Amino acid sequence: MIHWNSFADFLAMGGYGFYVWGSFGATALIMAIEPIMVARNRKTTITRLQRQMRAETRAENRNTAE
Amino acid sequence: MKDRFNLYRFASPATFYPLAGTLIPYFAAISVIFGLAGLYLGMLVAPTDFQQGEGYRIIFIHVPASWMSMFIYLVMAFWAAIGLAFNTRLSGMMAQALAPTGALMAFLSLWTGALWGKPMWGAWWVWDARLTSELILLFLYIGYMALTAAIDDARRADKAGGLLLLVGVVNVPIIYFSVKWWNTLHQGSSVNLTKSSMAETMLWGMLLMAMCFWMYSIAVALMRVRTIMLERERNTDWVKAELGGQVAGGKK
Repeated sequence: MIHWNSFADFLAMGGYGFYVWGSFGATALIMAIEPIMVARNRKTTITRLQRQMRAETRAENRNTAE
Repeated sequence: MKDRFNLYRFASPATFYPLAGTLIPYFAAISVIFGLAGLYLGMLVAPTDFQQGEGYRIIFIHVPASWMSMFIYLVMAFWAAIGLAFNTRLSGMMAQALAPTGALMAFLSLWTGALWGKPMWGAWWVWDARLTSELILLFLYIGYMALTAAIDDARRADKAGGLLLLVGVVNVPIIYFSVKWWNTLHQGSSVNLTKSSMAETMLWGMLLMAMCFWMYSIAVALMRVRTIMLERERNTDWVKAELGGQVAGGKK
């Protein structure tokens, strides 16, 4: 069922290797990087929000103590 | 009646947030499964195209990326319409979360299109109706993101961005029908509802890849919307509880 005779054949893509792999490579790269960026952004956002929240709670406690 | 109740329930960020969190791994897993199956059929099994040789295999990402770039825009415009009409909180966040993925899909559509155009037409780019309208779609995504990022107040940003989305939606049918309305260098559609001009394995490979891209987009957009929810709802009790009960407990 496999269309290719050899791995080199597969890589060559009948002479269109550069175009085919250029397309698939860029897509794979973007689909790998985008989720990583989103996850990293989520982490930094959570840390920042937690820091803000702690600062606010401290400020509130100080006000009630006075 | 029950459906209606559920819909309203999930329109609340506090309910939607955990639901989205549960669903993300499933969408991601389904995307990988569809992607592997699609790549297997498309790259290993599908026969050579009689006109374009092996170069046609770019279709397995070019068409799904192009479909997604148009579909995501339509979904964003849908959310914009809901947001403008009913002033719902969630709709703006949904549009925000989808925009970068839509822009990347439009970029991939143009990128793979250039790599396909060069060997087949002899040019990376031509000012053809299909290509130009897809480029405008990319600019609409970028414009939407720039506009909403420039406005500090989230609700006003949603309104301005929503208007842009609704005005720009006219471009989507132009992209879709451009190959029919004008004499384009771009080939006509390979698939439509009644017939397809492709071999069966090619068609299935492409449809599986389209499902893979679809599930991928949903997973990434859900990841992004969760972060946006935390940011925008940071003063609500549920976000404070989410960010750490020990800190929120201080006030109670």
